[in-house]
Amino acid sequence: MADFLSMGGYGAYLWPSYAVFVIVLAIDALAPRWRRKRVLGEIRGRLKRREARGATP
Amino acid sequence: MKPGTTFAACAALLRRDLTLIWRRRGDALNPVLFALIVVALFPLALGPEPENLRRIAAGIVFVALLLSGLLALDTLFRGDYEDGSLEQLVLSPHPLALLLGCKIAVHWLTTALPLLVVAPLLAEMLNLPRAVLPVLLAALALATPLLSLIGAVCVALTVGMRRSGMLLALLVLPLYVPVLIFGAGACNAAQAGLAFAAPLLWLGAGLVLALVLAPLACAAALKISLS
Amino acid sequence: MNRLTLWFHRIGSPPTFYRIAGALAPWCFGVAIVLGAVALYGGLVVAPRDYQQGDAYRIIFVHVPCAWMSLFAYIFLAVNAFIALVWRIKLSEVLAMASAPIGAAFTFITLVSGSLWGKPMWGTYWTWDARLTSELVLLFLYLGVIGLHHAIEDRRQAARAASFLALIGIVNVPIVHFSVNWWNTLHQGSTVRLMGESHITGDMVWPLLVMALATHIWFFGSLFARARVGLLELEGGKDWAREIALADVARETTVAAHG
Repeated sequence: MADFLSMGGYGAYLWPSYAVFVIVLAIDALAPRWRRKRVLGEIRGRLKRREARGATP
Repeated sequence: MKPGTTFAACAALLRRDLTLIWRRRGDALNPVLFALIVVALFPLALGPEPENLRRIAAGIVFVALLLSGLLALDTLFRGDYEDGSLEQLVLSPHPLALLLGCKIAVHWLTTALPLLVVAPLLAEMLNLPRAVLPVLLAALALATPLLSLIGAVCVALTVGMRRSGMLLALLVLPLYVPVLIFGAGACNAAQAGLAFAAPLLWLGAGLVLALVLAPLACAAALKISLS
Repeated sequence: MNRLTLWFHRIGSPPTFYRIAGALAPWCFGVAIVLGAVALYGGLVVAPRDYQQGDAYRIIFVHVPCAWMSLFAYIFLAVNAFIALVWRIKLSEVLAMASAPIGAAFTFITLVSGSLWGKPMWGTYWTWDARLTSELVLLFLYLGVIGLHHAIEDRRQAARAASFLALIGIVNVPIVHFSVNWWNTLHQGSTVRLMGESHITGDMVWPLLVMALATHIWFFGSLFARARVGLLELEGGKDWAREIALADVARETTVAAHG
């Protein structure tokens, strides 16, 4: 196991590379979700304001 | 000259732009002052040893002129956009690409030509070997119009944005990189005693291509950003 | 109109594409993760040690697929940009803008993993040779497209301007690809070829190809997810978007009530 982690002495370069790969792609998958929540919230906000305006003659 | 022809339109545009710049001729010195200051910063930062500066002189001059040109790009369309004449230009029946080519030519004449005139002074400030100076001037003469043409296309995309300075730099610098590589590369090769014709020829080829394509691209970009 | 045209127009309609993308995206992510895990197992455990580079070469299983994706994403972006500018198809505008951040992510991973590979192999984290410099320029191009898209308020105009910029920068893609052939570079030449023989042994090449497939499928999964949000943003005033916005809050309140 220790051999696997050290990767012939190159572990310090290999594992951060793989970590960057996983972390950046994880952010890439999550970012649309956050944006989606924000956009849907904005649409609802606009709807509310439009209805409020429509209520006043 | 018959009024109403395309030739008359271009002549009128050239005359108008030159007149407007002449009325604010002090402003034409701004890029020159900027370049002088930038070049002066390097000996202050790196130490005045002539040997150190000599090795990187050509590159520094190139970068200084590139950055000065970048700052000056904003003035290409801003005045016309703010008073509405840019829209009139886009709506005119004459080929927009040709009209924009005239505008870019005047812009180069009034911003880059003073920089070219001051380039030998900048090179001297950094101890550039005298033998390299002609190559530097040739490279700059080919590179600065190329930079103006490429820059014009990017400025057309961001015209009308209020705080577009940083964004413009971000858009334009990746496209400037090949010009810088070839231009400074020619000077560095000449300084090392190697053959320097090839990068200059590449710059020339790029310039010819840009002379034809950039005004067309600029016209298309303006139509997108003014729509 | 015939069935193909009808199908084409239907796919291009925002609510329809929203639904289809919503159904496909989870599958794409799932398949990509499974394939990626298989490829990582193959690369880290099964593949033998390289006689020249030792175990450090294993970075290739991350670095090369991401490099391929950085170019693929830009070509995808450019094709959709062209369609968006010429035919003004809304979906193409959205797909083009959605692919830019994904491409930027892959380019970033390529640069970082390459830098970490370079340190033990070349002795330096960075060098200004043709391939590395052009890949860095590619990252700046992506950031420029994303930045321009954010800077303009009207979404359709923003997409058109950013698409135009992307098309101007397309010339960089062949420069990145052919840089190792055209210039003397520190970066090694191509070992895996589409046509002709590849200079890499079987046990090392299959994890690479599986990871390449995994990243491609991931790209489409992420693209579908981002395109959905892009369509919502573009069509925010339309009924179908409003219904989704209202249904979303209804779902959230029921989740909150039960949780």
